[in-house]
Amino acid sequence: MSAQTVLFDAPGPRAKRRILLGNIVGAVVVAGIAALVLARLADKGQLDADLWLAAVDADAWAYYYWPGFLATMRAAAVAIVGAFAFGLLFGVGRLSALLPVRVVCGAVVEFFRAVPVLLMMVFFWLLLANAGVDDSDFWGVVIGLILYNGSVVAELVRSGVHGLPSGQREAALSTGLTRGQSLRSVEVPQALIAMLPALLSQLVVVLKDSALGAIITYRELLQEARRLGSGEGNILQTLAVAAVLFILINWSLTKLAERLGNSLRRTSGRTGTMAAGLDAGVGVGATAQAAERPHGVDEGPDAGPGDPGRPGRWT
Amino acid sequence: MEEYLDIVRQYDVLGAFWVNIQLAFWAALLSLALGSVLALFRISPIGSLQWAGSAYVTILRNTPLTIIMVFMVLGAWGQLELTLATDFDLNFFWLAVVGLSIYHAAFVCEAIRSGVNTVPVGQAEAARSIGLSFLPSARLVILPQAFRGAIAPLGNVLIALIKNTTVAAAASVATETSSVMRTMIEFRPDYIYAIFFTFAIGYVILVTPVGLLSTSFSRRLAVAR
Amino acid sequence: MRRTRTTGVIALAATAALALAACSSDDGGGDTDADAGSETTDTMEEEEGAGGEGLTIGIKFDQPGLGFMDGDTPSGFDVDVAKYVASELGYSEDQIEWVEAPSAQRETLLSTGQVDMIFATYSITDERREQVSYAGPYFVAGQDLLVAADNTDITGPDALDGKNLCSVTGSTSAQRIKDEYSEGVNLLEQPGYAECVTALTSGQVDAVTTDDIILAGLGAQPANAGQVKVVGNTFSEERYGVGIPQESEQCEDINAALTQMIEDGSWQEYIDAATEGTGYTPNSDLNPPEFDPCDM
Repeated sequence: MSAQTVLFDAPGPRAKRRILLGNIVGAVVVAGIAALVLARLADKGQLDADLWLAAVDADAWAYYYWPGFLATMRAAAVAIVGAFAFGLLFGVGRLSALLPVRVVCGAVVEFFRAVPVLLMMVFFWLLLANAGVDDSDFWGVVIGLILYNGSVVAELVRSGVHGLPSGQREAALSTGLTRGQSLRSVEVPQALIAMLPALLSQLVVVLKDSALGAIITYRELLQEARRLGSGEGNILQTLAVAAVLFILINWSLTKLAERLGNSLRRTSGRTGTMAAGLDAGVGVGATAQAAERPHGVDEGPDAGPGDPGRPGRWT
Repeated sequence: MEEYLDIVRQYDVLGAFWVNIQLAFWAALLSLALGSVLALFRISPIGSLQWAGSAYVTILRNTPLTIIMVFMVLGAWGQLELTLATDFDLNFFWLAVVGLSIYHAAFVCEAIRSGVNTVPVGQAEAARSIGLSFLPSARLVILPQAFRGAIAPLGNVLIALIKNTTVAAAASVATETSSVMRTMIEFRPDYIYAIFFTFAIGYVILVTPVGLLSTSFSRRLAVAR
Repeated sequence: MRRTRTTGVIALAATAALALAACSSDDGGGDTDADAGSETTDTMEEEEGAGGEGLTIGIKFDQPGLGFMDGDTPSGFDVDVAKYVASELGYSEDQIEWVEAPSAQRETLLSTGQVDMIFATYSITDERREQVSYAGPYFVAGQDLLVAADNTDITGPDALDGKNLCSVTGSTSAQRIKDEYSEGVNLLEQPGYAECVTALTSGQVDAVTTDDIILAGLGAQPANAGQVKVVGNTFSEERYGVGIPQESEQCEDINAALTQMIEDGSWQEYIDAATEGTGYTPNSDLNPPEFDPCDM
């Protein structure tokens, strides 16, 4: 915050008055919009207490939100673990000394990063359903999430390793390790630790994207909220509850990722891993990182200010 | 092969891609505008604006896009009777554009803020020392440099936006690619692989140039320091 | 040791993925009731198989009035019929396991033996008969329109020019109206009928279309009571049958149960219960229906 004042002078009495005025106008505008929306909803009977109570009573939690939450979590858990395995495999593959392996892994990663997750989900869902697979909707969601997020993780691995000081590899090679051994025992492990916060942020992406499962009939949180609303005629209310749940879960994960990032930055400065730009997801190289940002990878600026290694930044 | 091409023509695959491109185009413009305003809020001296900007980003960034799209139809249109076009089908197109924009604006805001981070403090100090107040210094000194520093992250937002236009399916836009692909597979399951790869490669073709261009622009336009 | 660390991590991650996946497919069948009991019912069902002591019945879980899983209690017309038939076949209510049968998966569920029978607004068609068999039909529905209770100008499918019509994604019923009756109709697709009815009661769409009894079931929901009505001008014939696997020999027994259900008044009672308060009466020319011969 202190750095923020670089942009403007410390306000004097007149500026203070103007800022106060600005605050009041801003608050009035926001309150006005909210009042307008609420009035419109009330007009439509959408604010009736009954509708809201039916969206949050014990049955709603026991039979809809909780099972839906579990289904979301199950898909997200399988997907993030699968994505990690996929990413590690293809990320290391892209660093391989063998040209064909590099090319194939690179093509796979770039392909799955470019295809919308929803298209993959729809494809695998219908493919598995046609093949008579029992949980085709679950697997459609999971495979879609793994392929996409796995590719993102692969890029994290690759750029993490690229960002290491070259001395790490040189030292490893000079002790007699082969290139592959150096990669496996020296470089990738360091990159992985630095990746942890980014991986946690990726879980937010996975959680958010798992809501796409509702489009392919997977019974996750959003879909269960819809179903509860179908029975009670309060679909807007149940969706609002689901949205709040998603926001709370994702927000806590984001915070956790930030804290993990901060503590990692404090503890592992020695190897210089952090200089690789992996700090809390700011960096990971301009190309790799942030294609995914809009799905929720935490953006740098939140982490940037505290970074002692970068003088001269000011927000 | 002939038969498959007939199917592609019959379901108007190119038309479906055109819908997504239009969605992406308008949503990109709108989210860039909204996101810039939000970024300005977040670096402004007025406390309520800072708060509003960061609340917006925190909430929208953690909400699944699918829910936003469903709310656009059931809430904004269904209950608040928000009508953006007199034509019935076009109305849902614009609702989807608005849904995509308010979601991606949060990421645009963060991309621009990360661009602002690339501007050295000295620039702001120099701007102030020649007597510019907040808005002029933001407009004339900080933001022009910040946008150049934000090109790479903005390019990434654009890529994600293009891919996310498929979620317009949840906002009742039935002519976009994921809905069309679903219909095609349901009616012609014998061509399921060909259909998927047609759409997938379409997106690779759409997205790859954006990535290459944003990388090359961000290099060329980088402010030399 | 050290050099295998990364390989170890990969292996660990892969194992964890498999393990997670394995648990999840265990719960898969029970994902909608998600209680501790589902695990045991799943295994019991596997041991007994179809035609054993338990009975697995596929229903809709999301269609209030016909097949709806309210918490852990199924309700609706299809469910009532299914319970009646099951008890005639010698199964008590707690021997029934309810499984969700989404429209697109009904044939698969039957042909892979995951369910013994399906009561899920399952129209009998020649295409489907190539994959599954049917008992019944137990009801003949027809495509109809649901409109606001005070609406008078929408009298049938040809009065929809310039109106907004809602149906669910993947359904051909709305397209049929556009193609055959009212070219100038505006179509809106929603993931479920409940969304359509919400848009109808808020006045943003003028009509919802699908089978008349489904519409009546939606209209009978407490939240919609008194706000909507079924037009009552059907323009298609949907014959709801009991879906059974092709090799099943239960068709005659099911038909006998259905006959008795119709004769002792239960059938009428179930319809009245599902459509209470909407003033809906099924098309009496076609209902109660004639059964198809079982060897079709």
